[in-house]
Amino acid sequence: MIESDDFVQALQDIGFNFFTGVPDSLLGGIYATLLERRLFTPSVREDEAVAMAAGAYMAGKVPAVLMQNSGLGTSLNTLISLNLIYRQPCLLIVSWRGFEGKDAPEHLVMGQTMTQLLDTVRIPHRALSEQTAADDFRWVAQTFMNARIPLALLIKQGVVKGIQP
Amino acid sequence: MRPEEGTIQSRARAIQAVLGLLTDQPVIICNGFPSREAFKLTDRPTHFYMIGSMGVAAAIGLGVALSKPNKKVVVLDGDGNVLMGMGTLATVGALKPKNFIHVVLDNEVYGSTGNQPTLSRIVRLDQVAKAAGYVHVERVREREDLVYEFKAMLGNDGPSFLLVKVSEQAEDVGRVLHEPAEITRRFMKAIE
Ligand SMILES: Cc1ncc(C[n+]2csc(CCOP(=O)(O)OP(=O)(O)O)c2C)c(N)n1
Ligand SMILES: [Mg+2]
Repeated sequence: MIESDDFVQALQDIGFNFFTGVPDSLLGGIYATLLERRLFTPSVREDEAVAMAAGAYMAGKVPAVLMQNSGLGTSLNTLISLNLIYRQPCLLIVSWRGFEGKDAPEHLVMGQTMTQLLDTVRIPHRALSEQTAADDFRWVAQTFMNARIPLALLIKQGVVKGIQP
Repeated sequence: MRPEEGTIQSRARAIQAVLGLLTDQPVIICNGFPSREAFKLTDRPTHFYMIGSMGVAAAIGLGVALSKPNKKVVVLDGDGNVLMGMGTLATVGALKPKNFIHVVLDNEVYGSTGNQPTLSRIVRLDQVAKAAGYVHVERVREREDLVYEFKAMLGNDGPSFLLVKVSEQAEDVGRVLHEPAEITRRFMKAIE
């Protein structure tokens, strides 16, 4: 399992310096580390978080947004009618609830269709794993700089250490 | 004078009054007619014209304000937009960026889609902003009051909320002529 400290450090090393979003239990460790390092700006909705990140980007920051995958639904319009057409990059750190159908009922449809949804709106995505972490972070850095659109790093259960491991 | 008693002005006149008091401050303008009218009245590279993502103008402005604490950031918003993203009033009120000015052009309708009534006729958005924690909250109608209060907000620490009651009248305006990606590029350069 990846330590949340290492996860946040890897993103800081790439240059990420504006973090916002809405919590999910799978992202609890990352969230706690960001709070501890005083890097986190709270938000009340994922579309707000994505828009705040866009403002921060235009003001010179390198932004990332934490969200449960249900928040992709909430922020979809902002992602496609703000970030994608205005060319504003943003790293989406998305928990993959409902992966392989093993989760509470409200997560099953998004868990099953999330990657198709991202493909449909042409948001590049990749699932983080401990074995490929170095490569995954390189992909994040390169895609962010080159594509200038949002990209999603998907976090499955048990990949980054939570609050209760 | 109480806003109810003042003379109502058009949204375009209110926008003109605000833009007339600005120079190089970043301005985020919500989607629909407000952006189109602002573009027609005064086009500056410091303007971020929105053409979609209704409801998040204040959130974009908040991201700019938090990242550029030495610049006053102005958001030109609509009542329908504020109602859609009302949670952001809480985020602004809690984070309290001193350099954030939220101007709401309140015509009590979704003007850009044909004047369907909004709830701002019933719900006092200025009181919502006050309860959420904005530091200065004013509600005006007359142009002179708008100028007076906006100047005060430019000179003082916020976050500030200026509700401007405006008429439903719309200018005959076309679309914003800059490509969205070009709006981002020149806005970033202008506020560097
Ligand atoms: C998510 C979404 N729903 C609906 C619309 C259609 N729409 C565009 S502008 C607008 C009205 C905005 O109202 P307001 O903020 O009060 O500004 P006004 O036009 O009255 O100045 C609406 C409903 C949209 N662009 N996006
Ligand atoms: Mg309106």
